[in-house]
Amino acid sequence: MTSHSPSAHPPGTRPVLRWRPLEKESNLAFLLLLPTMLLLGLFIAYPFVRGLLLSVTDTKVGVAGQFVGFENFERLLTDPIFHMVVWNTCWYTFVTTVFKLGLGLWLALLLNRSFRFKAFTRAFILLPFIIPTVLSTFAWKWMFDPTFSVLNWMLYKLGFISSAVNWLGDPDLAMFSIIVVNIWRGVPFFAISLLAGLQTISPDLAEAAAIDGASPLKRFWYITWPLLLPVTMVVVLFSVIQTFADFQIVYVLTGGGPANATHLFSTYAYQLGVGTGLLSQGAAISLAMFPILTLIVLAQLLYIRRVEVR
Amino acid sequence: MIEGAAWRRWVFFRIPLAGFLIFLLFPFYWMIITTFRPDGELYRPWRAANYSPFWTWDPTLDHIKYLFNETVFTTWLWNTMLIATASTIISLICGVFAGYALSRLKFRFAGSLGSAIFITYLVPQTLLFIPLSEIIRAYKIGDTPWSLILTYPTFLIPFCTWLMMGYFKAIPKELEECARIDGASRLKAMLYIILPVAVPGILSAGIFAFTLSWNEFIYALVFLSSPEQKTVPVGVVSELIRGDVFFWGPLMAGALLGSIPVAIAYSFFVEHYVSGMTGSVKG
Amino acid sequence: MASVSIQEVHKQYDDFHAVKGVSLEIKDHEFIVLVGPSGCGKTTTLRMVAGLESISNGQILIGDTVVNDLPPMDRDIAMVFQNYALYPHMSVYDNMAFGLKMRKFDRTEIDKRVRDAADILGIRDHLHRKPRQLSGGQRQRVALGRAIVRHPQVFLFDEPLSNLDAKLRVQMRVELKKLHARLGTTAIYVTHDQVEAMTLGDRVVVMHEGLIQQVGEPLELYNLPANKYVAGFIGSPAMNFARTRIVAENGALHAVNEGMRIEVPEHLRAAVQPQVGQEIWLGIRPEDLHTANDSHSESVCFSATVDVAEQLGSEILLDVRCAGASMVASVEPTLKVRAGDTVKLAMNPRRLHFFDQKTEKALR
Repeated sequence: MTSHSPSAHPPGTRPVLRWRPLEKESNLAFLLLLPTMLLLGLFIAYPFVRGLLLSVTDTKVGVAGQFVGFENFERLLTDPIFHMVVWNTCWYTFVTTVFKLGLGLWLALLLNRSFRFKAFTRAFILLPFIIPTVLSTFAWKWMFDPTFSVLNWMLYKLGFISSAVNWLGDPDLAMFSIIVVNIWRGVPFFAISLLAGLQTISPDLAEAAAIDGASPLKRFWYITWPLLLPVTMVVVLFSVIQTFADFQIVYVLTGGGPANATHLFSTYAYQLGVGTGLLSQGAAISLAMFPILTLIVLAQLLYIRRVEVR
Repeated sequence: MIEGAAWRRWVFFRIPLAGFLIFLLFPFYWMIITTFRPDGELYRPWRAANYSPFWTWDPTLDHIKYLFNETVFTTWLWNTMLIATASTIISLICGVFAGYALSRLKFRFAGSLGSAIFITYLVPQTLLFIPLSEIIRAYKIGDTPWSLILTYPTFLIPFCTWLMMGYFKAIPKELEECARIDGASRLKAMLYIILPVAVPGILSAGIFAFTLSWNEFIYALVFLSSPEQKTVPVGVVSELIRGDVFFWGPLMAGALLGSIPVAIAYSFFVEHYVSGMTGSVKG
Repeated sequence: MASVSIQEVHKQYDDFHAVKGVSLEIKDHEFIVLVGPSGCGKTTTLRMVAGLESISNGQILIGDTVVNDLPPMDRDIAMVFQNYALYPHMSVYDNMAFGLKMRKFDRTEIDKRVRDAADILGIRDHLHRKPRQLSGGQRQRVALGRAIVRHPQVFLFDEPLSNLDAKLRVQMRVELKKLHARLGTTAIYVTHDQVEAMTLGDRVVVMHEGLIQQVGEPLELYNLPANKYVAGFIGSPAMNFARTRIVAENGALHAVNEGMRIEVPEHLRAAVQPQVGQEIWLGIRPEDLHTANDSHSESVCFSATVDVAEQLGSEILLDVRCAGASMVASVEPTLKVRAGDTVKLAMNPRRLHFFDQKTEKALR
């Protein structure tokens, strides 16, 4: 090869200076983000605004509404069922999150060792999270059925009870039952996410602490837990959002009963909006979710920001 | 680490792990058993003397047959599969492009758009379903698969975008720079170089989106009305319950068979699913 | 191949002025090296030539074309990266063919060029392999091959040898020099290693804090550094600097501090004369310091205490202390000396340098 090498372009062609609009970063970014913005604009932003408008009218199914100001929201403030709904949803979210975190962490710690069939175990453990919630909740409903419950049978045989436990018919037990099913579904998500977090913590740290004389509990509290905090906070954030807006479990198990003991925002909104056709009131209930949810999310985001800065 | 005697291993490890596994998997076992249990056995009160919950000596396919004969279960399966696949594809395309734009391109609104997408993730479906149902009806796509194919991406895209951003950030920028010097436009560099390298991320986002679509309920419940249009979760809920009467056998059969496609898809991509889920949390 | 003209180029980030008016004319066929510490602006300048960074001010020409607004794909350049940037999902062959495919060359031409380049670089046997199956040195060759096949006007190198181990680095340096002799393509090479700069460059550009300190042939930079920075950067071990005051005495000028009294040599007297009574920097390279013997005049000698004697076999590097300042001298390996000893050292007067205290420019 000589120093006058063949041209850098195919024979017979020459570089042509063309207009290249997509070379500009902002143009390309616009094009790439366009489909997303369209979809999200049309099916989230727009409905959200419509929802806001809907909630300040008195629209019912088939009947066009008129502007009524904050009447729907005022009605909610004096609605005893709504008070229950707020309490139920907050209690439900709080209790399930605490247990999902605790049990999920325990399971993650158990899984954080090497043992035979670990891959299988991990795959199977995610099943409650993967399988459509409605379908698996039906299995639970059958397990809770007052006459045919296998749980009752087990408790009876073990001598814990002497008469039927009305899992879904008694207000307190019904709340207990939906909490159990939510925990059942959520633990795998917590466990696998926390496990991934645990695996990023170098084992050298724990070993150094052990040599220094720290007990397993101390090792966990002073080393593992702080390093796990960022992941934990994100997982808790996702879970809280989803649990607060939960619909499927309650819809299948109790429909909100007995006596509104298990009604959440979403099920009550559904019952009023779709069930009885009071669209505006349903919209108002859905929207009432938003401020509380935003507060919780902001609080957690601020906490995450602080943890990361540290 | 659990050092020391074998009994410690049993108490602190094997038994709790077994406990978790039983707790997490028992309902599925129950689903399977109930599907194959004949009605006679099924509707035996738990107090009755011969209640034998954990096994049946008389397995039957009656419930499954009922499911396929008396309902349009196969149609539901087909609908759900179609909707899940279509929404996944749409969400992946949007999510991959958006994720690339937000993580690899510099432009003025990058930060605010990223936050905007994050915020839409915080808007749950149960908040939007009432106004959305009106809009769906107005666009005349109510009671068709399109009502879901177009709306599912609203909660799938933010997640896919997020996930892909994480994967893209891990790809060194020199690869694109080299491709652009080699003669590729920005777009070609993205398509020929970056996307192939990000395939594991795309698979993770895809399987996660697929399972999330299959799991969606409230939009399907509110937007679809005729039995032939329904997805599996909605169909099972509405067609196998008449008033107060639950057809538990076919119901469990429906639940079981309705879960199998997702479980199978999941089993092929477990590693990707897990890395997708954990990636979104760590990112 | 083509010339490259960098004219008063600036790069301004939001709060950081990375390149502050760099002008450089690079001749066709020239192998020019930009050298300097991290953050000096050499890589930014290279990237502006490549089109990977926008130019805040000034212009760059490749050949006769102003390339300021041209995207990289239209500039007809090739670049070799520090981390090789090989496409991990493609074979070596496809890596090298990628650029040609993008420009729509036909398959036979692509095949010919790829195989020719592979022959030159000795990677014919690896064409079907994937990058992850190759060693660091082999990957570097593939990166080179990818650049060669394009027959670009200019080669750009961004610290390509930094990731290789020392032995491989020396080997590749030689190969790069041979490659350039063979291909003759204009090349701009960025490195922080002054040895690479000296051995590879036809001309070397020393940069510091966004500005060019000096441009010249390697020997010119070594013998006639334009300022204290270049003097201290080029050459290893680095040049010694001592703070001295210029005094006039007996018709001669002397550079004086508590530990030494060195006569300013004849050829520098005129340049140093205006500095009488002022403090200036005296510079002398370790290899120009010798153990004093009778042949040395007292006016070039001084005494120092030995801190450490580093025996290298071919020489001894003496770390000495004189008037509170440390210096390094490169002396004969047979010298018997221990830490704490006092030695008398002589400076080679023809190799003395003086630098203005404030501007740090060389006084010549």
